Amino acid sequence: MSPEIEELYQEVILDHSRRPRNFGELQDATVRVHGDNPACGDEIHVAVKFDADGGLEDIKFSGRGCAISQASASLMTTKLKGKSRAEVTEMLRLFHDLVTKETSDAPKTLGDLRVMGGVRKFPQRVKCAMLAWRAVQQAFEQGSGEATISTEPA
Amino acid sequence: MGDADYGVHKLAASTVDWKAIREDFPILREQAHGHPLIYFDSAATSQKPRPVIEALRKFYEHDNANVHRGLHTLSSRATEAYEKARQRVADYIGATSAEEIVFTRGTTESINLVAQAWGQKFIRKGDVILLTVMEHHSNLVPWQLLAERTGAQLRFLPVLDDGTLNLEQLSSFLTPEVKLFAFTHISNSLGTINPVAELCAKARDVGALTLVDAAQSIGHIPLDVQELDCDFLAFSGHKMCGPTGIGVLYGRAEVLDSMPPWHGGGEMIVSVTLEKSTFKKSPHRFEAGTPNVAGAIGLAAAIDYIQRIGRSAIFEHDSELAHYAAERLNELPGTRIFGPSGQRGALVGLVMEAAHPHDLTTFADQYGLAMRGGHHCNQPLMRRFGVSGTTRASFYFYNTMEEIDRMIEILQHAVRFFSPKERRSPVRPLS
Repeated sequence: MSPEIEELYQEVILDHSRRPRNFGELQDATVRVHGDNPACGDEIHVAVKFDADGGLEDIKFSGRGCAISQASASLMTTKLKGKSRAEVTEMLRLFHDLVTKETSDAPKTLGDLRVMGGVRKFPQRVKCAMLAWRAVQQAFEQGSGEATISTEPA
Repeated sequence: MGDADYGVHKLAASTVDWKAIREDFPILREQAHGHPLIYFDSAATSQKPRPVIEALRKFYEHDNANVHRGLHTLSSRATEAYEKARQRVADYIGATSAEEIVFTRGTTESINLVAQAWGQKFIRKGDVILLTVMEHHSNLVPWQLLAERTGAQLRFLPVLDDGTLNLEQLSSFLTPEVKLFAFTHISNSLGTINPVAELCAKARDVGALTLVDAAQSIGHIPLDVQELDCDFLAFSGHKMCGPTGIGVLYGRAEVLDSMPPWHGGGEMIVSVTLEKSTFKKSPHRFEAGTPNVAGAIGLAAAIDYIQRIGRSAIFEHDSELAHYAAERLNELPGTRIFGPSGQRGALVGLVMEAAHPHDLTTFADQYGLAMRGGHHCNQPLMRRFGVSGTTRASFYFYNTMEEIDRMIEILQHAVRFFSPKERRSPVRPLS
């Protein structure tokens, strides 16, 4: 087995893609964002509930996609739940760096998300990894209601 | 030659030395991730044999000049080669004359030419363009744009579960409002070979013109526009061993002559004043600006190359590969194969329970196997079959049975790799 493939699809990633956490509907969501990846037809729905201080109280996602996009979404929800707006913004930046930049050490604050680092060797798959994160970013920018984002600028 | 019979002669294929043909394709010696390349993406673009590459080099080294406007030696040579290429294309598809051959950038541009030049003049509010659910976006979006501009309606012939068109419904779809029936010859996702001659005849009965998207068939099966009796035929050079950026629109002479120009510029005019211009006849009326001279010459070289092997032999060879691939893929657990079980074009679309098409193609690429994963510019068709995308293995005459065996081996490993540990069955290690 090639080392790149083993690194891309670590067991944690495959596990999250098969049994995604926080998967399903969030009844009392503040914002719902629909994310599309037109390049492959994948889609994701991210529902976010904000707390009184604008922090991320609860988050769920649904949809279908490749192992990378599903695992990224699943890992993201477990990581972001309960985080403040500032913390989410910082995490987003760190995660984007993780999957796009050649850095020696991934910051410890990313925790389990560090398993996604293998994506950087597969530039075509960065969009898959970022889809759910872009949806959360949109949710924060939007504050309420519904929105649709896409990996391709329209 | 009827549509169901592609003039396949057993003898033809057996006399071709397919292994030796591989030597004509320098790129097949490439490696990917340390493995010999297995190129199963010819439906996206085919590889190029040395004679085509040589023709391009020779043109640029010896004959390069602009066409139709110089009086010097090189310009005459370039013009002659360019117009000879047009005749070569006409002969290849059985057109009555070279004037029925318009050079374009590719299938997409050919279809857009018809949608704009013909559509603008002949399509009115209330008219219907009949398409099918299996069309590539290139034979869908231009008609959506035309419908928006004119108020015409689009209508879609459905696709059955086995990947063939619902021919029983055809008569009810072909009402007198239908002005054009545009459909693909071979589906780029399903491999379905449509009965073109029958579809064209039925359309003609209600007075509709026909446009055949031959992108996937032009380099793969014998094809003659007189026998198909279509009004337009569109294809690309790059899927038939030719260069990218050159394509063809065939149009029946009287239809082309009835159409206004679509792009304005040099080359397509007879005389120009500041106020007004008069235009050349077809095909030059539709070729504004300096054309892709080298591309046309490369395309002619590709035609020569394909004809030396013979399209019947190619079709037989590729069908064998596609059937063998479908058969072997059926052995893999949790694998769904798309398209007809009978006659099919040189490709197989599949989805596997174990892995998403993108994960599968990423995995396969690590072993040198080039496949395509995604919606293949067929989003409505993917929706029809309830999937977001498929993995597609597409073949050409330079592919081999051994490569298919290797693909199966790689996919077996993919199934194991992406399945939960407790469900993993043992497989032989992959070299």
